[in-house]
Formats: sequence, C-alpha cells, structure tokens
Amino acid sequence: MNQQRIWSWMVALLAGAMVLAACGGAPSAPAPTTAPPSPTAAAATAAPAPPTTAAATAAPVPTAAPAARPGRGAGDTLRILYWQAPTMLNNHLAVGTKDVEASRLVLEPLAAVDPEGNFVPLLAEEIPTVANGGVAPDFTSITWKLRKDIKWSDGSDFTAADVVFTYQYCADSRTACTSVAAFRGIKSVEAPDEYTVKITWEAPNSYPYQVFTSTRGAILQRAQFEQCVGEAASTAADCQAANLAPIGTGPYKVVQFKPGDVVIYEINERYRDPERPFFKRVELKGGGDAPSAARAVLQAGDVDWALNLQVEAAVLQQLAGQGGQGNLVTYNTANVERLLINFTNPDPALGEERGQLSQPHPFLTDLKVRQALALAIDRKAIAEQLYGPAGYPTCVLLWYPPFAQSVADIFKDCDQDIAAANRLLDEAGWQRGPDGIRVKDGKRLSLLFQTSVNTLRQKTQELIKANWAEIGVETELKSVDGSVFFGGDPGNPDNIGHFFADIQMYTTGATEPNPTSHLCGWISSAASQKENEWRGTNNMRWQNAGYDALCDQLRHELDPDRRVAIARQMDALIVSDVAMIPLVARPRVAGASKDLKGYNPSGWDAELWDIANWYK
Amino acid sequence: MGRYLLRRLLFAMPTLLGISVVIFAILALAPGDPLAQFAADPSVPPEVRERIRENLGLNDPWYIRYLKWLAALLRGDWGYSFASRVPVLDLIAQRLPQTLQVVGVAYLVAILLGIPIGIISAFRPYSLFDNLATTFAFIGFSVPTFFTGLLLILIFSVRLNWLPFIYDSTLRVTDWGTFARHVRQMLMPVTVLALFQTGSLTRFVRAAMLENLPADYARAARAKGLSEQAVVLRHVFRNSMIPVVTLLALGVPTIFTGAIVTEQIFRINGIGELLIKSIQNSDTPVVMAITFIFAVLVVVFNVIADVLYGILDPRIRYD
Repeated sequence: MNQQRIWSWMVALLAGAMVLAACGGAPSAPAPTTAPPSPTAAAATAAPAPPTTAAATAAPVPTAAPAARPGRGAGDTLRILYWQAPTMLNNHLAVGTKDVEASRLVLEPLAAVDPEGNFVPLLAEEIPTVANGGVAPDFTSITWKLRKDIKWSDGSDFTAADVVFTYQYCADSRTACTSVAAFRGIKSVEAPDEYTVKITWEAPNSYPYQVFTSTRGAILQRAQFEQCVGEAASTAADCQAANLAPIGTGPYKVVQFKPGDVVIYEINERYRDPERPFFKRVELKGGGDAPSAARAVLQAGDVDWALNLQVEAAVLQQLAGQGGQGNLVTYNTANVERLLINFTNPDPALGEERGQLSQPHPFLTDLKVRQALALAIDRKAIAEQLYGPAGYPTCVLLWYPPFAQSVADIFKDCDQDIAAANRLLDEAGWQRGPDGIRVKDGKRLSLLFQTSVNTLRQKTQELIKANWAEIGVETELKSVDGSVFFGGDPGNPDNIGHFFADIQMYTTGATEPNPTSHLCGWISSAASQKENEWRGTNNMRWQNAGYDALCDQLRHELDPDRRVAIARQMDALIVSDVAMIPLVARPRVAGASKDLKGYNPSGWDAELWDIANWYK
Repeated sequence: MGRYLLRRLLFAMPTLLGISVVIFAILALAPGDPLAQFAADPSVPPEVRERIRENLGLNDPWYIRYLKWLAALLRGDWGYSFASRVPVLDLIAQRLPQTLQVVGVAYLVAILLGIPIGIISAFRPYSLFDNLATTFAFIGFSVPTFFTGLLLILIFSVRLNWLPFIYDSTLRVTDWGTFARHVRQMLMPVTVLALFQTGSLTRFVRAAMLENLPADYARAARAKGLSEQAVVLRHVFRNSMIPVVTLLALGVPTIFTGAIVTEQIFRINGIGELLIKSIQNSDTPVVMAITFIFAVLVVVFNVIADVLYGILDPRIRYD
C-alpha cells in the first residue's frame, strides 16, 4: 500500500498508454450485439471524414430538422465525461477550462460566439453595432439592450443591475477574477435604465465585444453575490457556497456538485425557450485520463459526450474504429502548436544577465540559421503520424476564417527541404565537424529544446531532433512537467516565461475571433525580462520594429477588412522572420455517442455553449 | 501504562510539528502554479495570474506562509482550496466515505482471505494448495494495481460489458436495486486492491506460522495430546498473530488516505484522487491537510500498535 508516491502514478499513466496501445493491436473487437443506432443520424457519417474546409470542420450539420426535435424534458439523462474534473462553478474564479465548461450550463454571457466567429445574442436583444447605434462611432462605448423576458432560476428578474454588478465584482482586484483581462481599460459600466447597459472605455476600443461575451462574460446574479466582492469571494462561507452553486439564467441549474468529481444539473424551469433543453438531467463526471475518456465514449458507450480527447492519433483512431459506439467530433480553434525561438542568450554562465535583451543569442539571431531550422522540419509527418484527426500541418498562425478558408490554404510553401536548409547553413558559414555537427568559429550548432511533459510533445521533439540531425544540428531535449512549464512562479527558471533554452514548443492562439491581443503579445516591449519578473507575453524576446508598428495599426484600425489585412501581414512577418515556427494547427477533439444530435461546438466559446440544442 | 501513553503522546507533538515543516517546505520549494492551466491562454495574461498568486498569499516567503498556516490551524482553520475556494475539511469530508468504503472493504477482504490462506499454506507447506496460494500471492503483490485495474476494465467493462468502469459517486443506496449497482461498481476496484494486499498478507501469515509451528511450546501442546486443530488454532495462531497485528494496525492509516492509482483508474472520488490532483495543481492547503492528517494517523496507529503488542505478548511491559 505504498501508493502515495507520485512516481508510481506517473508510471501508471505511461504504462496505461502502452497497454491501451498494445491492446489496440489485438484482433478486431467483436461486433456489437445491440442494433446499430438510427442510420438517419447525420452525425454518424460526418465525423471521421477528413475535413475540407477550416470552418466547422467535422462537426455534424447542426440543422437536423428542428421540427422533428422533441420538446423540453423529453430526454432522460445526458452523460458528459471530462477527464479534467471541474472544481468551481463560478466562471470568474475558474482555474481552468474545465470550470468554464461546467459553469456554462448555468451562467450565461450576454452573447455567445458560434463556430464561425459570429456573435449570437443570449441575454441581449441584439448584437450592438455601429449601424444599429449600439457601438459609438468613435468606438469609446457600447450599449447592450437586454431582453426583458429573462428570469434567474430562482424566479427573480434579470436586469441591467446584475450586469453592472458583475463588472464591479471583478473590478475589485481582491476578488481575484481570472476573467479580469476582459474588463481592462473600462472607464465605467452603467445602467441608464433597467434593461440597458452602457460600457465606456478610457480610449477608443477597436474590439468592443470582449466584455460580457463568450467564456469570460458570464453574468452573476447580484442578489446572490452582492456580499462577495473582494476577499469575501473566497473566504466567506455564503460566498463559498455560492461559488459552487451559482444561480443562473442558463438551460440548467445545479442540483449537486462535488468539486473535482461530478456535477448534476436539472432543467431550469424558467429558461427562456419553452421548447428546450431536451435532456431532463445532465451528469458531468470528471476524473481519470484522456485515453480512458476516449474509450468510455467511443468504445464502451458509457457516456454521451467526452471533452478534450488529447490522445495520440493512433490510439484515438483505433478506439473510434473498433468501438462503434461514438464519433470523433473535431472543431476549430485558433490554437497552433509552434516552436518559439529564443533571441537572447540563455547560457547559464551569464548569471543574472541570462536571457536579457542585452545578451543576443549567439547564432539564433542569424536569419539563415532560423530559416534552415524551419526548412528542415517535416510538419506533414508530425501532423499525420502524431496528431491524426486532431491536427493539420500549417505554415501560418492564423489558420481559420477569415484569414484562411481551408486547410489547403495553410500548408503551401513550407514542405521539408533538407537540401535548401543545408545550403543556407553552408552559406552562413557553418561547416560540418568530424561528428557531422556543424561548427562555426569554434561554436557547435547545438540547441536545447524544451517543452511540457506530454507523450505527443515528446514524440514531436524526437521527430524534430531527427530532422535537425540531418542538417548537422545537435539537439538536446528537455521536458518539464506541465504545471511547472506553464506556471507563473517568478522564482522558477523552467517556465515558458523565463525560456532558459534555445527553442521551446507549446500550443497557444487567440481565444476570441479577434486576434489582436494574441498577435500583440509578441511586440518588442512585451519582452519577458528579469525587470518584469519574466511576465512579459513575448517570451522569445523577439524585437521587430515593423511588427510593433503593425500591432499599433491593428489596435487602432476600425475597418474590419483592413484589420484582417493587417493581421495577415503580422502573421506573415512572424513566419518570414522565423520568430516562431508554426507546426500543427490544432482543432479540438471531442467524442460524441452515435445517437446524440444537435451539437455545434465552438472554438470561440465553451464547448457546451449550445447544450440547450442537444438532443437524441 | 498511563504514563507510557502520556510520554508517547508528548513525543508525538514535536514529531508532527517537524513533519509539517518538512512537508510545507517541500511543497513551497516545488515549482508549480495553481493557475498553470491558463498559462498558454492569452485571455488570462501573466499579470492577472500574478495578481491572483498574490491574493492567494503565494508570494510571501515560505516560512511566513508556514507560520500563517500553523496559526490558522491552531484556531481550527485548515484554509480553503485554491481550486474550489471551499474549506479543505469540506472537501475531505466529501471524499472520505468513498475511500473508506472502497479501500476499507478491500482491506477487510484482504484480512478475511489472507489470514486463512496463510494458515492453510503454512500447515501444509509445499502442498498443491500452498503452491497455488504462493503463486497467486506473488502475482498479487508484484503486478501493480494500474495493470490489474486496466486489465479488469478491458475484460469486464469493454469486452464483456458486465461492470461499469466509471464510479458513480452520486448513487444513493435506497433499495436492493441500487445496492446491487453499488456492489457492481465497487467490485473491480475492491478486487484490484484486495488482490494486492492479500498477496503480501498471506506471505506474512505463512512465514509467522511456519516459524511457530515447530516451536517448543507447540511440541509441548501436541505432547499433551491436544488435537492438531487445537494446537494450530489456539496456540500457534495466537502467537503468530503478534507481528501480523502490528502490520495490520500500521496499515489502517492508509485506508484513510486512499489509493491514488486505483481511485484514478476507476474515477472514484476518494482522498487519494484529491491528493494527486491537488499536488498537480499546486493546491497547497489541500495537500497540507491530507498529508498532515495522514501523519497524525500514522503516529496514532504506531502508538496503538505498540499498545496492542503489550496486550498480545505478555512478555512486553511498559511500566
């Protein structure tokens, strides 16, 4: 019973993956004894087919004849499995996507964002625009008209006071809202009348929609959280209870929540649409790991939906192929697995000066070396062998509409070209030494390449190391536990902010259709340095005046078409200057049982954003 | 006896204090961040995460944090979880029943199986039964639980579809139907854990019995004309139980801390699962509470084992 050791758990996961993989090689599973599910389901055919367009790729057609859809409460229990178990249902205090998803059934924003990036009004009558007078022509304010027929699940009216309160709740920094970035730059949030909310910014805001929308915009009930502003949000007993059972306007209400384990929801009888939701009850179970979650939905058929199936392609496809109980559902996000290049010298010998802008990298500052590294990588092999349905090779960062229209668009001119890469390094004066590794002025072309611990990432590292060996580059691989690698501890040298390596790899991307905050995270002044406790978003310390100017333009440009053009230019500049090497565009992967219909997961919002439309 | 107990309990205080300092220091020195999940998410920028760290008190030096933790603990406040922002004790109270049921039942099964098997094995050493029991015992404690767990899931849940492999913690036993469901969902995790523990327990009992069977007092009992059954069960067994009871008493604290691997595999919301998740998410107050409670239990059951020793073995006196 010496099970308290973490390592044994780690080994367990590893071995678990191996066992799963090994078992997959067994002869095909016996044919299911139950009758196959209704062949009319549009979902049955749509999912596994390779998508041709980038938008709403493999998600089944959500139309599926709404007329035939049975009314509210006609269905029994919807079983959802999320291996990352939710621990909190107050969206604004979420510590992970798991919490955002779980709270979304209850707490709603004013507007959701659909898979195509369009805003869908939920609690608002319409989406404010300049044309309908909702957005001020100078972009300094936005006015939302709220629906008058919305009730909280406790029967009280939903009014503008709740919306204003939500802002006040997070505006107090002691509340420690994780969603607080959405409220930056706000001068005031007022309620001119009971059903109108006006948000005013300190400066013109070219993207006025980030407040009270999507995953960071959930509206809290003022009556429930009024006493919970500031430190009380976490310490007062009433507030602790409220965080675990918020009163909402969504299709469901919480009847039972065991943090880190399970949430049970039942229909909110006061939900605005009398025909929805279809399922009487929703069980959101957490825990376990991704491969066994995939098994539960695809092979065993124990659950109707499983979120975030980050499983290796080979395992995932085997499960999907053998099981016959469920489909893989992929949908687009802005996420790209990329290599980031360190433009400063991470040499430990530099001591305090390590990674500072005053210490440029000895050879990665040479464009030819960076180009050679990019050219040597076989992105297609990485995407196909490791990611399968959950990744497309990409040459660019902005791989989704309106920047790109299909997956063919994003992989055009970055095929592997070892000969060209070798030529570039020859030109740059790097000669092969006796052991095949290139040397210049006594310096070996040797890289330290770090990423987080994750089977997929370690295998990607191996492939890239082999690619680079072909052009005479030596690579030392390093992997850091995810909670450390992505941690923000200023005293910990192994995180992405310090970036004390030559190359690092992880996935990131815009979380809203507007790419500004993501693209402008890489400007020169955002460099992660000792002075800002390694908290700058530009952790590669890339300095490019042209890029900074484009970011400035993007921030102030109000015309949508010109904004797209500027964003494309920024993307092109990152790629041509090889500041980052985009590898794989990553749609998110979920699993759905064969008879589930009506889902339309959005990469710009919570996956469960439209759960009121789901049915069987 | 009373003075002995008092002395032991007084000794326990500095021990526990020392343990808590060490655990806290290790946790504080280990890198990690409760908001690490949001790191690559541009919607939660680094300065927001930094402010939240500050609000959670994570930026103080570790000894200041430790003193704050200790002061709160003396007032009976175990702190709140960073992930759920609820009192740690509430979380533990929610988890304890599942762990006690699954791990406790497994422990009981292991005792009920391990002791008789061990006795029979020792009574007829190298017989067919003993060889079989030895083989199973070795398989039991040398095959890790993550392997047996996955194997059972593959066979009984995936292939045969007899047993569920997602533990339903919301199930309330109200009638025979729900009781049957509860038994079904407990069957696999209990089997996995019991197999593991029965293995080692059998070997212990067998070894202790074998040591005592040829002992002089056993020969004397036989010479008195007692039946072999009486010799084994009344004399040899009682003496053989002395080391086994110590072993069992020291194993009791582990029932409370749960089984990390098994709970994870079967998605049982037990203490072990809570502990590993909290370690991964740097949820210091929860980790502190669980490990500290475990430390207290270990110390207490050490005392209990020693006291039991005195009761079972008249040669040992504590005065």
